[in-house]
Amino acid sequence: MKRKIFGVLRRLGFLVLVVWTVVSLVTLLIELVPGDPAMAVLGDQATAEQLAQFRAKHGLDRPPFFFGLPSDEQGRRHFRWYGLDNRYSDYWRAIFHGDLGTSFRTERPVFELITERYPATIELAIAAMFIAVCIAIPLGVVAGKNRGTWTDNALSVIALVGISLPSFVIGPMLVYIFAVKLGWLAPSGRFDWSDIILPAFTLGAALSAILTRMVRSSVIEELGEPYVRTARAKGLSERTVVYKHVLKNGLIPVVTVLGLQLGVLLAGAIITEKIFGWPGLGLLLVEDGIAKRDYSVVQGCVLAISTTYIIANTLTDLLYRWLDPRIRVS
Amino acid sequence: MNRLSIIGIIIVAVFVLVALLAPFIATHDVGATDLLLRYAPPSAAHWFGTDSTGRDIFSRVVFGARISLEVGIVVVVVSAFFGTIVGAVAGYYGGWVDRFLSGYIFNVFLAFPGLLLAIALVAFLGAGLNKLIFALCIIGWVGYARLIRAQVLKVREYDFVSAARALGAGDLRILTVHILPNAIQPLIVQASLGMAGAVLSEASLSFLGLGVPPPAPSWGVMIEEARDLSTLQAAPHALIFPGLAIALTVLAFNFIGDGLREYLDPRQRRR
Repeated sequence: MKRKIFGVLRRLGFLVLVVWTVVSLVTLLIELVPGDPAMAVLGDQATAEQLAQFRAKHGLDRPPFFFGLPSDEQGRRHFRWYGLDNRYSDYWRAIFHGDLGTSFRTERPVFELITERYPATIELAIAAMFIAVCIAIPLGVVAGKNRGTWTDNALSVIALVGISLPSFVIGPMLVYIFAVKLGWLAPSGRFDWSDIILPAFTLGAALSAILTRMVRSSVIEELGEPYVRTARAKGLSERTVVYKHVLKNGLIPVVTVLGLQLGVLLAGAIITEKIFGWPGLGLLLVEDGIAKRDYSVVQGCVLAISTTYIIANTLTDLLYRWLDPRIRVS
Repeated sequence: MNRLSIIGIIIVAVFVLVALLAPFIATHDVGATDLLLRYAPPSAAHWFGTDSTGRDIFSRVVFGARISLEVGIVVVVVSAFFGTIVGAVAGYYGGWVDRFLSGYIFNVFLAFPGLLLAIALVAFLGAGLNKLIFALCIIGWVGYARLIRAQVLKVREYDFVSAARALGAGDLRILTVHILPNAIQPLIVQASLGMAGAVLSEASLSFLGLGVPPPAPSWGVMIEEARDLSTLQAAPHALIFPGLAIALTVLAFNFIGDGLREYLDPRQRRR
């Protein structure tokens, strides 16, 4: 018990360390902008006064980190210590107050923009996961049960095709078929309940292919276990054996993959949201952040997506340990 | 080798040839627009039809193979090179070096989901082919490093390594001559899957407007240009052909990777 608590604490401590590093990296990303970020945002037409005002407003006139290597009049670089009066510590201080800065363009708090868009992305990710599971379990079971047969090979090839087809190919194809040709669904937006079908299917397609492969190998592995022979010897129908006994055990690794994939879905949602104009975090990142060079919005979105991913992974890991006692011991 | 990986090798070979011989295969100038011939369906003159500005889609797909394969090869070679060095150091020296590298650095890089880190890097660096390659290498090396570390951990315990050490071989010699050649097989599998990933990532970033800027004939850019409703309605082929090219390339590398993995690991071989 003591060791178990220690293990969980260690995992949580590590979580804090990784989140700290990721936040630090993201806050310093703006240093990568070639030239002057203020110029990049305001354009060449901006006057020196406007530039200075913009820099002061967003703290860009202050040193980025605790120390730096500014060049003097002769162009030589010297080490200089700035102390706590820098943008990096400001960013941290602000984060603890739930403040992610203000948008360079709209002047609105980035935190507000993110909380506004977050629900749409989560909704899309969960719908995609649901669709993926509904496709993967029956296909995986059929493939696993008929291992090595023609059906199995065909399903494996279909799964590989699903993994290889990028969402930005599937998405527009679906738009062409269901919106342009058949006119059944809207090509973009989030107004009606049915608007989620195409984006969720697009986002879930690759996951369903990955899951089908996992369910298949899981079913094959479990079918070789002695308890299956016992169940069959008891006279249970093959259906009961597979769906009640094999699937129950075989789904443990699938649950883990689902947890790990939640983050991948959040990242994949960036492309899906762009295709369908789905107003989530991804669209905020691409259209309001990157396209308009609103760097504070980009930072906020990257932070929100990656911390969600890290936390989802940690929770999955803990859940997996709890589900499968064999891992707890080792 | 199974049948699928042979199909994969054939497809890849065709794409490599197309990329190398692109100027001879392309039937039109990739940039030449012809506004009288917008949205033309596939015909004898334009095999894959034309796009919204009348450019020949076949020629653009052919030249697009160059961009995709170039990015793929550079990204895989560079990430595999640096990943191998870091992974070998972590696995060979162990101790706090390993705890720092594999315990901390690897996990920080893995803490960004999928393409997000690359998207963030290019968003701040600005779009462009070299920046795209740089960003994909930054997210790519960790996979190789983890793999090589695990292999080195396994191989360094073998007797022939102890024998080499007893004979007075230095660390560098033991690593390069004795350990790494034994860790190379899974690296090839990873590189093949890595090619699929890099081709896909290039297209994704270009699709998002973060890769090769238009009018370069990147497959991702072509799809982005083909997906607005008016083009979809008038010329679905503008979407289908570059989409097919991406899917086929990625599928082929996945076939090869999967086939090689089964071939190299007999336990995974199917009946």
